[in-house]
Amino acid sequence: METVLSIKPLLAVLIPLLVVPILVSSRTPNVREAWTFVAAIVKLSIVISMIPAVLSGRELVCTVAQVIPGVPIAFRVDALGMLFALVAASLWMVTSAYSIGYMRGLKEHSQTRYFSFFAIALSATMGVAFSENLLTLYLFYEMLSLATFPLVTHHQDAKARTSGRKYLAYILGTSIGLVLPAMILCYHLSGTLTFSDQGFLAGTGSSPLMTVLLFMFVFGFAKAAIIPFHGWLPAAMVAPTPVSALLHAVAVVKVGVFSIVRVLTGMFGIDLLASLNLGIMVCVIASCTILTASLIALSQDNLKRLLAFSTIGQLSYIILGVGLLSPKGITGGVLHIAMHAFGKITLFFCAGAIFVATGKRNISEMVGIGKRMPVTMTAFFIGALSITGLPPAGGFLSKWYLVLGTLQADQLAVLVVLLVSSLLNAAYFMPIVYRAFFCPAEKAMFENRVREAPAFCVVPLVLTALISIILLFYPEPFFSLACMAAQRFTGG
Amino acid sequence: MSHHYPALLVTVPLLCALFISIAGWLKRRLCFPIAVAALSVATTVSMGLLWRVLKEGVVLYRLGGWEPPWGIAYRVDHLNALVLTVIAVVALLNLIATQREVKEAFSEKIGAFYTLYILLVTGLFGIVVTGDAFNLYVLLEITSLTSYGLIAMGEDRAPLASLNYVYMGTIGACFYLLGIGYLYMVTGSLNMTDIASILPGLHHSRVLVVAFIICMVGVWLKMAFFPLHAWLPNAYTYAPAPVTSLIAPLMTKVMIYVMIRLLLTVFTPQFIFSILTLKTTVVYLSVIAIVMGAVLALGARNVKKMLTYVIVAEVGYMVGGAWLGNRAGLTGAILHIANDALMTLCIFLAVGNVMYKVKGYGFDDFRGMFTRMPFTMMGFTAGALSIIGVPPTCGFFSKWYLISGGIEAGHYGFVAALIFSSLVNTVLFFKIIEIGYYPNGNVHHGEPAPLRAMGEAPLSMVVPLLIVAAGLFGVGLYTGDIVTYVINPIIPAAIVH
Amino acid sequence: MSDLLLPVIDHYNHWIYVILMMIGLYAMIAKKNLIKKIVGMNIFQTAIILFYVSIGAKQGATIPIIDHGPLGGSHDVPTSVIEASNYINPLPHVLMLTAIVVAVATLGVALALAIKVYNRYETLEEDEILSQIRER
Repeated sequence: METVLSIKPLLAVLIPLLVVPILVSSRTPNVREAWTFVAAIVKLSIVISMIPAVLSGRELVCTVAQVIPGVPIAFRVDALGMLFALVAASLWMVTSAYSIGYMRGLKEHSQTRYFSFFAIALSATMGVAFSENLLTLYLFYEMLSLATFPLVTHHQDAKARTSGRKYLAYILGTSIGLVLPAMILCYHLSGTLTFSDQGFLAGTGSSPLMTVLLFMFVFGFAKAAIIPFHGWLPAAMVAPTPVSALLHAVAVVKVGVFSIVRVLTGMFGIDLLASLNLGIMVCVIASCTILTASLIALSQDNLKRLLAFSTIGQLSYIILGVGLLSPKGITGGVLHIAMHAFGKITLFFCAGAIFVATGKRNISEMVGIGKRMPVTMTAFFIGALSITGLPPAGGFLSKWYLVLGTLQADQLAVLVVLLVSSLLNAAYFMPIVYRAFFCPAEKAMFENRVREAPAFCVVPLVLTALISIILLFYPEPFFSLACMAAQRFTGG
Repeated sequence: MSHHYPALLVTVPLLCALFISIAGWLKRRLCFPIAVAALSVATTVSMGLLWRVLKEGVVLYRLGGWEPPWGIAYRVDHLNALVLTVIAVVALLNLIATQREVKEAFSEKIGAFYTLYILLVTGLFGIVVTGDAFNLYVLLEITSLTSYGLIAMGEDRAPLASLNYVYMGTIGACFYLLGIGYLYMVTGSLNMTDIASILPGLHHSRVLVVAFIICMVGVWLKMAFFPLHAWLPNAYTYAPAPVTSLIAPLMTKVMIYVMIRLLLTVFTPQFIFSILTLKTTVVYLSVIAIVMGAVLALGARNVKKMLTYVIVAEVGYMVGGAWLGNRAGLTGAILHIANDALMTLCIFLAVGNVMYKVKGYGFDDFRGMFTRMPFTMMGFTAGALSIIGVPPTCGFFSKWYLISGGIEAGHYGFVAALIFSSLVNTVLFFKIIEIGYYPNGNVHHGEPAPLRAMGEAPLSMVVPLLIVAAGLFGVGLYTGDIVTYVINPIIPAAIVH
Repeated sequence: MSDLLLPVIDHYNHWIYVILMMIGLYAMIAKKNLIKKIVGMNIFQTAIILFYVSIGAKQGATIPIIDHGPLGGSHDVPTSVIEASNYINPLPHVLMLTAIVVAVATLGVALALAIKVYNRYETLEEDEILSQIRER
């Protein structure tokens, strides 16, 4: 593997951070938002400029500080990290636009704080994506936890306090209580923490020890919301919708999943997981989460809570894909990071747009809304299709590869889980769409004067919905990156 | 000039303390500048010493030209140099940061205050720089006596707390003195290196064991190692804020230094870790200290009390780390001396700023602080993160070494205690951060008292705080260099792992 | 019997200082009066000073000043002539000069603090002070 020394990954991490002082000191909201956009564009272009190098099989590396022997704070851009970074960077831009519409539409307070911590959170997400080793990843993981705390508790009321506590208790409790000791134990065993394609833990410890470590990592990265460590995600839905959209459908939760994928592939390695039968264990944990979360989602009335439980289920798809240990499964899982991100963010944007336009949060109050907000609800439909895994949305592609992966790995039980879950997805999404568009006119709960949300809200969600469709027909560069990652991890 | 650095380190502040007390009578305005000058010189000298030690190795200085073991020798190796620099930097930053508070609180006694302040720092320098076991005792008492005085300057229960500290501190120092007496009986020397060279023939002497244990008990009393900590919480809570932010970072840490000095240089690791069978016991004691410190901190009813119990837990970290008897543990303990000094300073400066504005240190006084004093709370958060152990603050890296030391030694109780303490710290500090974050504080019932509109503390208090806060991150990122160049040479070759 | 007693008699200086120390420690822990505690503290310190002084002493030895005879004589006495066992060890005694100074200083500080405490609470009994604190 050819490595190239480059400052670009560091820049991608630093740019959102550097813009924070400017955001804080800007005089008017317009200047502030303009700078947010500048940062988002610069960051996206830096990330995009790294794609060709990664696609041609090179890796960009950058060491910041040598902190512990053999474990520097360092960045490395490979296919998996690139894919995640690209998703996060491009969605930051869309979300920034949406935030403006949403926050101004609702006249929220402390918008400067909001945009500043948003930028810090994105910086941390980039850091996780480009981490060269577990220490760096942990650093940015914690930074993300702390940066999102003011975002989750933005409303600063009693409900926000409870949720904020729950959020920190789950996220910090598991990362300090489980990941930190596991990380140091790994360092003690192998003397390194640098992710490698085949893992470095093989042959360093007994099978029970490896199993314990695996559990500590899988449950320790609680941002991935594996049941029973999922409680923070529905609670965190008290946040303003753009936060839920970007952070709790894309950045935060995907950081958790990404960390687990990194640890499974880069530290344990596919071969070790296979030889100790740990892959199956991961599949079982993920399957339980998928089914439970989908069943809970069926009974939710609050739209954002429903989306939260749907997210919990979908996140485990990704872990499931890697747990299958087959090239197709990994491709599907990694690809799902991107597909789910675009689909889910559309859904969250729609939920937010409905809230901005009508002030309604519950599904039972949304009968007949499709007639009043056709654009939003169409986008919602597309998002729902993508999450359920039906064409013509991109979610179909990743789910297709997951199914192929189960066949490749000869895990028919998992195939059944996937199919049942898809059915459940359809069961909780389609009634919403149905009641929005096809309910009898007299039952409609809205007066005619209800209109679409402001343009800043609508344009982003249309955009993400369109991208969701386009991704099925033209899934580049995500598809190539996912394939590259899978190929590298399975040593093919 | 640079040849006399070790002596200058003690004499310059000592003389300046004299000048300050004179200035206190003649021209009160001069007290602070003289103090700053004294500590600036000391900071320069200690950094120069660190530089020299890094370049040339151990620096020996004979006071008055007398050859050891007859004369008193100052011996500066990497460990002293590191601790000296930490003391100088912490004392200087705290001096500048607290100038306003001191001026307003002790306008009449400003001369006395700064005299004691500088004398205290002189004593700390002396403890660290000396290579003579008895000399250490004398300087220890100088430090203690000045700190009794400084603590008693506080409000409310301060004199009583200080008096209790006098009792306990005197017992501690006397125990140390007694231990040194036994050591002198068997070796006939008071010079640390000299003692170390005589000891190998005496390894199985019972007197040596007694001497060692008595010394340790004395030092533990002085550093407030649980269950010998009883004097600390009240003394540090009721002391005036500028004093707390001086002694909380330094006193216990310097005593940890003394312990490590005794372990490594005087009694030597072979004796302690191979011949004595105390290792596991002491680590278990430290586990209890950490857990109890954390639990007591949870029950504390105001911020300062809470922080003092956090210090008790941190003392447990360092004692345990040093007694694990392996490289990683010792590295962690030594690194934590520097890191803990910085982060304790940071957190107490922040609390001091809040106290300066609201005249209180209850949890409820932090209501809405993020909007009222954003920069102070930034500093507070940085300190809190470091104490919790969030990367890339320095607190994370010392915790890293301590935990890996525990894993290496197979001492999982110690690892679990560290993790537990980190989790408790998270709860403790986020409780305060939460109160500061919500405009209505933590008031659940009744009408919250209206917020007094007020701004940030003056610049002279905020800037040093932010420098320290930035330092937490800076030191964290340079951990690799600090460990390679400063700490690795300290750890004797006898400790293999 | 003598086997048991011998070590005690041999090291009677140690036993004396241990007893003194315990008296001091007892006073500091058990007495409720702050001044009595201070007295106990002083006894404690004195015990250690006595211990140091006793370890410097030797049976039949004299003060460590080299006698040059009535006519003065030179300082260049060959070391072989000086028998160390003829002189007591001066170092512990010198050390104790410092320790006494420290003890006096500590005593001063402690008494000053006691005065401050008295001014505030109008009593030196610990229980009464504590109950005053609790009432407030």
